[in-house]
Amino acid sequence: MRRHIITTILALAAVGTMAMQPAQAASKSPGTMFAEECSACHMAFDPGFLPKRSWRAIMGNLSNHFGEDASLDDQTRNAIERYLLSNAADANGRNPYWLRRIPTSQTPLRITELPWFTNEHGARARAWAKSNPKIGSISNCQGCHRGAARGVFDDD
Amino acid sequence: MKLFPNLILSGTLLAVALGAPIQPAQADPARDAIIAQFKAQAGVSSFSAARGKKFFHAKHAGGKPETPSCTTCHTNDPRNFGKTRVGKVIDPMAVSRNPQRFTDPKKVAKWFRRNCKTVLGRECTAQEKGDILTYLSSI
Repeated sequence: MRRHIITTILALAAVGTMAMQPAQAASKSPGTMFAEECSACHMAFDPGFLPKRSWRAIMGNLSNHFGEDASLDDQTRNAIERYLLSNAADANGRNPYWLRRIPTSQTPLRITELPWFTNEHGARARAWAKSNPKIGSISNCQGCHRGAARGVFDDD
Repeated sequence: MKLFPNLILSGTLLAVALGAPIQPAQADPARDAIIAQFKAQAGVSSFSAARGKKFFHAKHAGGKPETPSCTTCHTNDPRNFGKTRVGKVIDPMAVSRNPQRFTDPKKVAKWFRRNCKTVLGRECTAQEKGDILTYLSSI
């Protein structure tokens, strides 16, 4: 009898797990939306790479996202923008050294054009990344930094 | 001995429960609903896989010169993995290789909106979308 009960519970649990799946998908966190939507085309760059003004500009022009149409429905766009702003380089009163080197009148849009980035990746690195078909572009972090998507860049 | 029929019944329940998500590629009600909606919008009773195939492989004008065709990113065989312009891998478009395809109406709307603008410089018509989905569901 005990075995019967256990098997029945197992069977019911399996049915229950299936029934729960659509409900989980319906309530995605802004962080999940950010990860899913941005990484559909490229690695989801850490929000801490750019200040709030940059993310506002990028999220305000998604239909021309560096030449691509990356438009989103308003609800998703707004949620992702909130996530980016609350995790931006200058969120919560932060002001990192590299950001202080950029005049507040300037709104950088490309991480790859930030002064610290160009210092770390010179013309030769850019040319090499572009010519290597497995990398293709200097913006393909994971082409060289295997742990880039997890925020690990200390492998060079 | 008395337990036996119950065990078999429970086992069957388990098997059904675990086996349920695996369905034939063509029989997804969500995908059928999306195609039905395109039919209603286009005012037609059926779509053409042949027309969808032609559209998918055609070189279009009006969009970005770097992306003249669906095949620019999705390759000449939709059963293959594709590649975005920044090198990210795209799962196959063919339903036979990727049963998840065209089962989320929001996702379908988003990608048609984006990619038709990029490739054709305009939104696709309901007729075009229906033909493409019919083609990609057929291979």
